[in-house]
Amino acid sequence: MFELLTRLTQTFGVSGNEEEIRSLIINEIKGKVDNISIDPLGNLIAMKKGNVNKDNCKKIMLAAHMDEIGIIVTHIDEKGFIRFSNIGGVSPFVSISQRVKFKNGTIGVVSYEQKLDDIKNLKLPKMYIDIGAKSREETEMMINIGDTACFCGDSVKQGDYAISKAMDNRCGCTVAIGVINKLKDIETDNEIYFVFTVQEEVGLRGAKTSAYQIMPDIAIALDVTSTGDRPESNIMEVKLGKGPAIKIKDSSVICHPEVKKLLVAAAKRINIPYQYEILEAGGTDAGAIHTTCGGIPSGAVSIPTRYIHSPAEMVSLEDLENAVKLVTEAIK
Amino acid sequence: MDMQKIKELTELNGVSGNEDLVREYIKTTISPYVDEIFTDALGNLIAFKKGKSSNIDIMLSAHMDEVGFIVTGYTDTGLIKFANVGGIDERILPGKTVLLGDDKIPGVISAKAIHLQEREEFLSNWKQRNLYIDIGTEKKDETESLVELGEYISFNSNFQELGEECVKAKALDDRLGCAILMEALKGTYEFNLYACFTVQEEIGLRGAEVAAYRIKPDLALVIEGTTCSDVPETEKHQHSTRLGKGAVLTIIDGSSYADKDLVNYIYKLAKDKNIPVQFKETATGGNDAGKIQRTGIGVKVAIISVPCRYIHSPVSLMSKKDYESSQNLALAVLEDMSSNMNKLQSLIKEEK
Amino acid sequence: MVIKSVLKELTELGGVSGYEYRVSEILSNHFKEYCDDVQIDKFGNVVGLKKGTNSEKKIMVTAHYDEIGLLVKSIDENGFIRFAKIGGIDPKILLAGEVIIYGEKTLPGVIGAKPPHLLSPEERKKTVKIQDLYIDTGMSFDEVTKYVTIGDYITFKPISLELKSDYFATKALDNRCSFASMLVALEELKGLRQEFDIYFVATVQEEVHLTGAITASYNIEPDLAIVVDVCHGEMPDVPKERSSACGKGPAIAIGPVLDKKLTKKLLEKAKNENIKYQIDVESGGTGTEAWATQVSRCGIPTVLISIPLKYMHTPVETLSISDVSSVGRLIARFTASLVIEDFKQKEASLWTCKK
Repeated sequence: MFELLTRLTQTFGVSGNEEEIRSLIINEIKGKVDNISIDPLGNLIAMKKGNVNKDNCKKIMLAAHMDEIGIIVTHIDEKGFIRFSNIGGVSPFVSISQRVKFKNGTIGVVSYEQKLDDIKNLKLPKMYIDIGAKSREETEMMINIGDTACFCGDSVKQGDYAISKAMDNRCGCTVAIGVINKLKDIETDNEIYFVFTVQEEVGLRGAKTSAYQIMPDIAIALDVTSTGDRPESNIMEVKLGKGPAIKIKDSSVICHPEVKKLLVAAAKRINIPYQYEILEAGGTDAGAIHTTCGGIPSGAVSIPTRYIHSPAEMVSLEDLENAVKLVTEAIK
Repeated sequence: MDMQKIKELTELNGVSGNEDLVREYIKTTISPYVDEIFTDALGNLIAFKKGKSSNIDIMLSAHMDEVGFIVTGYTDTGLIKFANVGGIDERILPGKTVLLGDDKIPGVISAKAIHLQEREEFLSNWKQRNLYIDIGTEKKDETESLVELGEYISFNSNFQELGEECVKAKALDDRLGCAILMEALKGTYEFNLYACFTVQEEIGLRGAEVAAYRIKPDLALVIEGTTCSDVPETEKHQHSTRLGKGAVLTIIDGSSYADKDLVNYIYKLAKDKNIPVQFKETATGGNDAGKIQRTGIGVKVAIISVPCRYIHSPVSLMSKKDYESSQNLALAVLEDMSSNMNKLQSLIKEEK
Repeated sequence: MVIKSVLKELTELGGVSGYEYRVSEILSNHFKEYCDDVQIDKFGNVVGLKKGTNSEKKIMVTAHYDEIGLLVKSIDENGFIRFAKIGGIDPKILLAGEVIIYGEKTLPGVIGAKPPHLLSPEERKKTVKIQDLYIDTGMSFDEVTKYVTIGDYITFKPISLELKSDYFATKALDNRCSFASMLVALEELKGLRQEFDIYFVATVQEEVHLTGAITASYNIEPDLAIVVDVCHGEMPDVPKERSSACGKGPAIAIGPVLDKKLTKKLLEKAKNENIKYQIDVESGGTGTEAWATQVSRCGIPTVLISIPLKYMHTPVETLSISDVSSVGRLIARFTASLVIEDFKQKEASLWTCKK
C-alpha cells in the first residue's frame, strides 16, 4: 500500500493539469474493471458491471479527486523571478521556503519580499518563486505564464505513519484503487463507478459533471479529513490511527443518513474501527454530487490526515487499509 | 431531596427593590414556626425565635432579591429600553425572554439577525444601551399603558431538573439560601435566632447593612449561592468551586474575610459529620457578610454556599447533593452550637 | 384552522437541516388533508400535489422547513458537550441559552457562560466563539453518553411566547411560518377555481446548501415557482431599506432573480384582492431558494413572497400572525388566477432543453 501511495503522491497533478496522474491511475487499474472512459473535463471513470438481474442492483459512484493544490505562474519579472497565484487552498505561511516542482521538472524556491512591514500581512502577491535563473530570458526558456507547479514533499514511512505531499487526495485514490483490486475477481451485485475526479480543489468541479453523466443511486466520496489530536488543536473527535472516518457533515454537505447507516453497518459487520467526522471548515466532492440532478444521497469515507494542504501531510497506513476494507464491504 | 420549595421560590419574580412576592411567600410559610416576624423599612423580613436558655444572638442571612432589569424608557415604535439591576454580563442578553411587572407580560430582548451585521458588528458585543425589549406593541402609547417606567423585569426561566443530579432555574442565588433558612427555622435552639431574609443584596448588600445594624448579632452565618466555574475553557485554578463536591466554605472574598475560628469549627464539624465540604478557591465576589461583619463593633461571620454554575443568568445550575450538603451543614452548625453552648461562647468571645 | 396553534405545533418540532426526515411525516399529514397526492422524497422534501383541471403547466410553491441548529461534535470527560453549528448562527446569542438535544432520548441542556465575577475587562469585550462554548446537561460523561452520540442534532428550546397584539415569538418561525401559510393557501383554494396543478413543497436544507430546492425543482420541472420565506422585520437598528414592517402584509420581492412579469401580476393581484403588501427590493441573491429555482435546468420564472420576521436566526424570532394568513391568501388567489398566457409559450423544438 505504501508503494502505491508513494507512486501516486509523487506524480504531478495540480487541478486542471491532471494528465500525468490520470495516466498513472489508468495503468494501475486497467484490466481490473469493465470499462474506462475520460469525460470532457478530464475525469477518469472506471466502471465495474453489477449483476443486473438482481432486484436491488444499485448504481454506486465512488469519487476520489486526483488533483492536488499548487501554484500557477502569473508573471515573470525582468530578473527572472516568478510571481504566482494559488490553485486551491494554498497558505502563504505554509509556503515560505518550500520547494515547488513544475511539470517539466524545474524546481523553484518560494519566498517573500524581505521589505514586508509585518509578517502578519503576508499574502501571495508579496511572494515569488526563485528557480535560480539569471535573467527573464533564461526563465522563459523553461517556464511560461500559466504553467503550474506542485509542492515538493517526498514520501516517507515511519512505523504505521506516512508523510508526503498530496495525501490530499492521493489517499482517496489509493483507497479507490485498493477497492478495485479487492473486487477485480469478484462479481458485485451493484454497478460501481470509480470516478477519479478533477478540479476538486478549485470548486468540486469534476464531481458535478461526472455525477450528472452517471446519475448514480448513491455516491460516496473518498477524501481526507483533519484531526483534533495535535497540541492545542481545535476540538474535533477524529484521530490518526483510529480508523477511517465516516462523514456526518462538512461545510459542503450534510451526509445522507442512509449512506451513513450503510457505512456504519459495513464497518460493524467486518469489525473494523471507525470514527465519526464533523469537519467545520472544508468540503469534498460529495458537496457537488448530492445536489446534482434530482438529488443523489451522498456520504463520504475520509482518511484522517494531519497538516492538510502542506507539503508534509501525515496519515496512518492502517487507516487506509481499513478504509479499503470498509468501502469494499459497503458497496459490493 | 424535595425540590418543590426551590421550584416555587425560584419561579417567583423578585428583582432587587421589588421583593414583595418572595417576602409574602416566605412569611406565610414560616409563620407557624417562629415567635415574631418583622418587616423593616427597606423590606427585609426578619423572623425571630427566642432561645431556650441564652441571650446570645445568632443571625442567619439569605437574600430574597435576584438580578434583573428595570424599564427606563420607550422608543417611538413602542419598544422598551431597560437597565440592569445587579451584575449581569450584558453579553448574555440578546435573544432571551423576560417577564415584565406583576402581570408578567412576556417580552423578548432584541437580537439583530446575523445576516444584517457588518463584519465589525459581528465581531463585537452589543452594548446594553442598544438593546430593547419587544412585547409586541407597535406604538409608544400602547406600551406606556401596559408597562410603566420603573417597572421591574425578570428573566423568564422555569425550574427544570437536568439529569438525575442537577436543577436549572433563575435566581438559585439566593432563593436556595432562603429555602435553607426556612428549614432552619423549624428547629429549636438554646440561643436567640434571627433569620434575616434580606433585600437588595445584588445592588450593594443594602438590606443586610440595616438588618445587621438593628440586630447587632454576636455571630452571623450567611447562606448563599456562589460562583462555580468548573467548566470547559476555564483553567483549574479559576474554577472557584466544583459542582458535586459539597457545601462551600469561604475563606476570603471581595467583601469579607470570614472569621478563621468559625470557619475551622464549621470545617471540622463537616468532616466529623461526613458532610461533603470544599473551600472556595477564588477571592472574588461578595455577599451580605461584607456588611454584617462591619456592623457596630464588628460581627464574626462565616459563609456557607452552594456552588452554582452560570450564576446571574437565567440558566443557573446546582447539584441537588450540594444543596443537601449545605443545608445539612448549616443545620448541623446550629444544632451543634445549641448543644455546646460553651463552644459557642468561646467562638464569640473576643481575644484578649 | 387556528394559525397560532399550527405555528406552535410546527415550531416545537425538532427538524434541523439534514435531519428533517424526523418530522417530515407530521408535515405530510397536514398536506394529506388537502392534497390529492403526497410524497416524501429521498431527501425529505414533502411534496403535496393539488391537481387542477389542466395538467399542461405546473406551478410549484416551496417553503423550506429546516431550521438552524447545532450538532454534537464531542463530549468531554466531564460530560460537557461541544458542538458545531448548522446554518447561520451568531455565537453571541448562544450564551446562557437553553437547548434541546435529540439523542436516543431528547434531553434539555444549557449553554454555559462564565460568571461576570470571573471575567476580566478584556474578556468582557471579546465576543464568544463557537469553540469557547459548551452545553451542560447536568450529567456525567457516563450518563450523557448513554443517550447522546457525535452527530446528534440540537435545537433552541422553543419558547412559544404570545406577545401583545397578534405577535408570536419562538424559534424556527424561519421557516415553519411559511409552511403554515401554505396550509392557509390550501384551505383557501378549496373555494377557488384552480386551473393548473400546484405542487406544494416543504423543502429541506435551505439553511445550508439549498439542497431541497435544487432537487425538488429538478424533479418536478415546474413552469413557474413561488418561493415563500421570511424577510427581516423592522427594527430600530436596521435601515428601513433592508426590512419590512410586521403586521403590514406580505413582502413581495423585486429584483434580478425574480421574474418581472410575474412579479407585476402578483402585485396587481394583491391590490385587487385588497391584501396589504410591501415591496422588498432584492438586489442580489435574496438569501432564499429563489436563487436555486431560478437556474434549475433551463431556468424557472420565480417570484418570492416573504413574511416579515424580527430577530431572525435567534430563539426569539417574532412575527405578526396576520402576516401568515395574508401570505396564505395571496398564494391561493395568485395561483388560482394564473392563466395560460402567464406562462412562457412552448419553444420551437430547436430550443427545447437538451436532456
